[in-house]
Amino acid sequence: MASTAPEDPSTSEKVATPPVEMFYCGVCTFPPEYCEFGTSFSKCKEWLHTERLDLFEKYYSDEALQAKLGTLSVEAQSKLEKDTAKKEAKAEAKADAARKKKMSSPVIIKRIERNKRKYVTSIRGLEAFDIDLKKASKFFATKFATGASVTKNAAGIDEIVVQGDVSQEVYDMIAEANEGGGEGGGGGKGGKKGLDVLKGVVVDNIEMVEEKKKKADAE
Amino acid sequence: MFKKFSPSTDISGQTPVKSSMQRAIRSSILSSWNIDAETLEAIWPKKESIIHVKCREHISIYTLHNEPLFFQHFDGPVYPTLRLLHKYPFILPHVGIDRGAIRFLLAGANMMCPGLTSKGGRLPPQDAALPAGTPVAIDAEGKEFAVGIGLTTIGTEEMKKINKDVAVESVTYVGDELWAVQKL
Repeated sequence: MASTAPEDPSTSEKVATPPVEMFYCGVCTFPPEYCEFGTSFSKCKEWLHTERLDLFEKYYSDEALQAKLGTLSVEAQSKLEKDTAKKEAKAEAKADAARKKKMSSPVIIKRIERNKRKYVTSIRGLEAFDIDLKKASKFFATKFATGASVTKNAAGIDEIVVQGDVSQEVYDMIAEANEGGGEGGGGGKGGKKGLDVLKGVVVDNIEMVEEKKKKADAE
Repeated sequence: MFKKFSPSTDISGQTPVKSSMQRAIRSSILSSWNIDAETLEAIWPKKESIIHVKCREHISIYTLHNEPLFFQHFDGPVYPTLRLLHKYPFILPHVGIDRGAIRFLLAGANMMCPGLTSKGGRLPPQDAALPAGTPVAIDAEGKEFAVGIGLTTIGTEEMKKINKDVAVESVTYVGDELWAVQKL
């Protein structure tokens, strides 16, 4: 850690001290030396091995490991290792469950009759797929040249409401944005302008629903 | 402070900072951090105006081009974000914790005296003692980069004497939810 000493004489005047180039782990975003405290240590290790062999050598070579051991008793070390392994497994299970849940979470496109022959379309459940609702609603608004907004429904969940009956179009759009195999694919080709905001949705989960106004409400 | 922090619910508004406020922030940074005007200029050019992001519990984050640079709790000291500290490690005084304390810090705990006074820990020498209420960078034993930023609750000399209880309150650390926020 460079302390204040070297900085004073060299930055005599008008010279900004340049920033330290930082390198962060691509898996857990920590500085690589802290990966061992994260929840994906083995993955981080692998990643570093392929990305930056020099750093890998620095942190995980035998001497480095030995030096680390120096200050800890063997018992404490083995306990720590067990802990990290446990944590890792837990985090993985959690991520797995989250992924599964995501894959099965529904997107509901609902056509709501507002008045005779006037409809609004509400789209719910997009947020589960990491879609920025605000951006998506803006996108719909420009695409359909109608009003589109993000509103909270009765249950307090955000949904996009688009003016007009556009349910089929919305469905087509989402389908188009996600064609070519859900993950990673279609980056280049599916890039019809703006469709990227809708990327990531599992098309099979889209449900189309229609809601008619009840007679009693209308009168 | 940032153990729980989610941008979607905890941020109440973003406003550009008035130029008089910017001057005040700038001068308070210059006086409280170990930084020269030129370096600060490189981090935060005079012409660029920063955005004040207001969060819950009187936390203010200041961002430049959507990147968080500084934050402040109520009227307290201005802290750099950890990413900024990594780039400019000299701006805060450093203390070191021993290896055993790292995982507690990464779980959000405050740092206790023994972690700093033990063999693996590091405190500034007597002639550079820090008073209570100083923002410090927390280094870890055997590590190159700071693992967190804290606020001393008692002076460093006292830490050596008392050697008990909380010494450094943790403010932000690697892997907390402010760390997760790279863009605001």
